[in-house]
Amino acid sequence: MKSAGRLEKVLTAGQFAVTAELGPPQNANPEAIKKKSQHCLGNVDGANITDNQTAIVRMSSIAAGAIALSCGVEPIIQMVCRDRNRLAMQSDILGAAALGIQNLLCLSGDHQTFGNHPDAKNVYDVDSMQLIAMVKKMRDDKQFLCGDEIKEHEPKLFIGAVANPFADPFEFRVMRLAKKINAGADFIQTQCIFDMKKFAEWMKMVVAEGLHKKVYILAGLTPVRSHKALKYMKNNVAGMSIPDELIARMESAEDPKEEGVKICVEMIEQIKGMEGVSGIHLMPIGWESITPVILERAGLLPRPKV
Amino acid sequence: MIVADRKPLEEILDSIKDYKKIMLMGCGGCVTICFSGGVKAVELLASQIKIARKKQGKPIEIIECTPERQCEFEFIDAFKKDLESAEAVLSIACGVGVQTMSERHEDTITIPGQNTKFMGYPVEHALWEERCAGCGNCVLEWTGGICPIARCAKKLLNGPCGGSSNGVCEVDKDTDCVWQLIYDRLKKLNKLENLMVVRQPKDWRTSTDAGQRRVKFEEAML
Ligand code: SF4
Ligand code: SF4
Repeated sequence: MKSAGRLEKVLTAGQFAVTAELGPPQNANPEAIKKKSQHCLGNVDGANITDNQTAIVRMSSIAAGAIALSCGVEPIIQMVCRDRNRLAMQSDILGAAALGIQNLLCLSGDHQTFGNHPDAKNVYDVDSMQLIAMVKKMRDDKQFLCGDEIKEHEPKLFIGAVANPFADPFEFRVMRLAKKINAGADFIQTQCIFDMKKFAEWMKMVVAEGLHKKVYILAGLTPVRSHKALKYMKNNVAGMSIPDELIARMESAEDPKEEGVKICVEMIEQIKGMEGVSGIHLMPIGWESITPVILERAGLLPRPKV
Repeated sequence: MIVADRKPLEEILDSIKDYKKIMLMGCGGCVTICFSGGVKAVELLASQIKIARKKQGKPIEIIECTPERQCEFEFIDAFKKDLESAEAVLSIACGVGVQTMSERHEDTITIPGQNTKFMGYPVEHALWEERCAGCGNCVLEWTGGICPIARCAKKLLNGPCGGSSNGVCEVDKDTDCVWQLIYDRLKKLNKLENLMVVRQPKDWRTSTDAGQRRVKFEEAML
């Protein structure tokens, strides 16, 4: 075992894993995390704690992760390369591990111009690939990036990375996944999938390369409550593929919320049958309370004992 | 070349409001090519300033000059005499020119009239784009001659971020995703394997993170 975490145990046991997103608040209130943790408690194998998501200042992902942990939820700390240099990252990695955090997800991060401090200087001292390799080096080689030895208590983290099957260049996306695996990724969460066809095409390429045997892939899903949300994402979020049929289906639905849940459950069914996928990652943006409902209907509850 | 863009007239007027006689100094180098600081730009700006100051009822005298390059003592020294009667210098060279003047003439203030932007070239008539950030350790050898340091908003070294879409950068719809360009070029050159190497974190000391840099050409030292 690389970590002692539940997520790794579930995945190595060959069980279909479930993770969900838990966004920290834009204030210092721990209750917000505790409340959201209740939607996750017992329902997921890990909760992603986002790191200043969309470049908007929020409570630190490590602090929020420690609070989630105290509520019995296993956090997956997200770390973006935008806001910290290699010194700060390594120090925070040690801090996170010391607080009992077992999973770390490495990302580039949305550019600061999208957020509420567009005039900030960004860092990108290391990129997401180099961050993955750095965490692996700390864990497996017991060394800091510079080569100095970590004499004891190296951070035992299960290393995650992201993949976006819908960004360009499309053919490079599988190569990039292979590269992340080489760098040291243990599990992958994908960008949210609306275009099942394109995702299936990508998974086929992944399987053809045998990459699914080297890494656990969790398919990202976002339940939506209205066709407007889909339209917004289609027009405003780079690297997303949203089929028009899906928008039409949501638009003509009598009960759009129910339709959104239905679509998500159908997608989970399709994903369960797909070769190479080890689980799902739910990102119910601003709709965390729906997590247990969807999981129940998709037959993913109760979670296995490991 | 170095590309610079003239500051707004209001800002320039404000920065010289205390003076009755100035020297307006252009440069015959890069900024002449990018239209913002050559002989013609000096003429134009001088007349704009004079008209504005006349309107304010505070006329100003301007000595106009444009050395071949403002970034070398030997060229700016030719204007030493003219400078004696001026209270200040308004420079429309790049930031290097301004500092060369400041160092040479310690008792006279040199005010910048330009915002120095980047190193680049004209991709079409009257349109310049950035191409090099002077990182001090060039990677163009394995990127197909396309620079991710100057042209990727995240300075990524291991391929495109998840926001690359239809060849366009997530940060600006009018900017190519440089990693798409690199991918396409390496594919053409049959060198996609260059992208499979996990590139190590960059040593930023050769860039701007270890203070002022210096280049010595030993063979030419006297
Ligand atoms: S890699 Fe560095 S030196 Fe080479 S073009 Fe880019 S910024 Fe300039
Ligand atoms: S879209 Fe391309 S150029 Fe823009 S930040 Fe991402 S990788 Fe860099």
